[in-house]
Amino acid sequence: MMQKGALNVEKIREDFPILKRKVSGGKPLVYLDNAATTQKPLAVINAIHDYYMNYNSNIHRAVHQLAEEATIEFEKTREKVAEFINARSTEEIIFTRNATEAINLVAYSWGRTNVKKEDTIVITEIEHHSNIVPWQILTSEKGAKLKYVGIDDNGYLKLQEYVDYLDSGKKAKLVSVSHMSNVLGTIVPINEIIKMSHEKGIPVVVDGAQSVPHMPVDVQKMDCDFMAFSAHKMLGPTGVGILYVKKEILEKMPPFIGGGDMIKEVHKYETRYNDLPYKFEGGTPNIADVIGFAAAIDYLNNIGMDKVREHEVELTTYALDKISRVRGVTLYGPRNSKDRGGVISFNIGDIHPHDLATIMNDHGVAIRSGHHCAQVLMERLDVPATSRASFYIYNTKEEVDIFVGALEEARRVFKI
Amino acid sequence: MSDDIYREIILDHYRNPRNKGKLLDADVSIHDSNPLCGDEIDIHLKVDGEKIKDIKFEGRGCAISQASASMLTEMIMGKPLTSVKDLTKDDILENIGLLNLGPARIKCALLSLKVLKLGMVKYYADRDPDSAKKLQSDSTGM
Ligand SMILES: Cc1ncc(COP(=O)(O)O)c(C=O)c1O
Repeated sequence: MMQKGALNVEKIREDFPILKRKVSGGKPLVYLDNAATTQKPLAVINAIHDYYMNYNSNIHRAVHQLAEEATIEFEKTREKVAEFINARSTEEIIFTRNATEAINLVAYSWGRTNVKKEDTIVITEIEHHSNIVPWQILTSEKGAKLKYVGIDDNGYLKLQEYVDYLDSGKKAKLVSVSHMSNVLGTIVPINEIIKMSHEKGIPVVVDGAQSVPHMPVDVQKMDCDFMAFSAHKMLGPTGVGILYVKKEILEKMPPFIGGGDMIKEVHKYETRYNDLPYKFEGGTPNIADVIGFAAAIDYLNNIGMDKVREHEVELTTYALDKISRVRGVTLYGPRNSKDRGGVISFNIGDIHPHDLATIMNDHGVAIRSGHHCAQVLMERLDVPATSRASFYIYNTKEEVDIFVGALEEARRVFKI
Repeated sequence: MSDDIYREIILDHYRNPRNKGKLLDADVSIHDSNPLCGDEIDIHLKVDGEKIKDIKFEGRGCAISQASASMLTEMIMGKPLTSVKDLTKDDILENIGLLNLGPARIKCALLSLKVLKLGMVKYYADRDPDSAKKLQSDSTGM
């Protein structure tokens, strides 16, 4: 079937071997758990394979040919990442294990140096646990405070709460906010938040784990001070995260993990640390997967991030309309697809999300159920859990139809 | 497949749980949850001599976990502790008629048994340390 839309999805699907697989006794896989992790195109799988087959070696230290080849490829990824988010230089790009480790790096290194007793760190009610727990650890260690900006009943951030907070003359040491909610899909007004924070001299951490994979993101335009995201949510392998930090801030940060690779000279009682960004990359990194990530970035660049976003707005609009027609469904988050990403959380009747996921699985539909590592948000929504369908470049309207059909089937099984 | 799991009796116990609520003069109360699903179960036990005189549960979560808890309370109400002590996973799965659950959902079905075992660990802690020890090891990995 021809699909007229932002992307040639049929052609894209050819590049993802896993999408050909059958599940649950012969049903085609309908993979709608992309907010958790995305599938990988053949180019990424091949790049990792090629590294282990042909030039596996440690990087940065040896002069033999394999090491040189591996180092070149590894550093190429850094260049591609810098270009992808429009960082000023590769010195601002640090490889971590995932977005979680990237945020922890900020909390441990920048946080421990700068946050003092009675200081306040501002986050929001939509945050993923990875943007809550590191700040709880830091503030409790320092005797500092954590403040939450709330959301309204439609899942929009109550920006006014933050405006009022700043206007009242109260101070914040740091703001850390998710650019896009992994539960509600809400895209927050990040430019405004950064602008008003900077007017008061407050640096801003952006959790880009859900935004960078799904829309054009430009760290210079946004002017964020830190940004964290994960390769595995944007066609890349697991085990690779990115922390972007403005160079002038990074220059003043103490190291995170001590050991090999992050040093220039080590003497008995003192060490000279390596240049940026290597100072923050102690130990042998995840070389193969970093190299694989470059292929993922190439793939997304070939499509174009504006097209990725366009496709998801189209699919989300279609899905929201279809799902809202299923009787007994409660939808969470903004109704306007322009204000949200392709992440749809919902509940249906008294069916618990885990039971729903089991029924969906019978139809080959992979969705997520639970608290989505956002228990603070679940409490705010006053639900123990939600079901979540989330899209990416290879999903189609036909898949949405299968998913909605399975929802109707769940209503039948549960007799509602 | 789903129709085999969500049979009438499971839905009935899910929507109309038996023995649900608090037990004010309980001898033992115990709580546990399943971090994977967020299912939660509290079990309150009143023991008279060597019999379960009364049992109530509280909880929230999926149909499997809640129906399983409800059916467990019916199964052991009034039964001697000696027989309840030795309940196995298979006894529970048979009791709810779900013998083919996948590894993720089995945890839902067994949560109430795990909580019951932990409750009896508490009960036996001073009275019969050997039984407590055995129950404790039974409950790990559930
Ligand atoms: C908004 C958001 N932040 C952070 C993370 C953490 O990503 P990772 O588990 O790759 O560290 C996720 C992943 O679920 C997320 O959705």
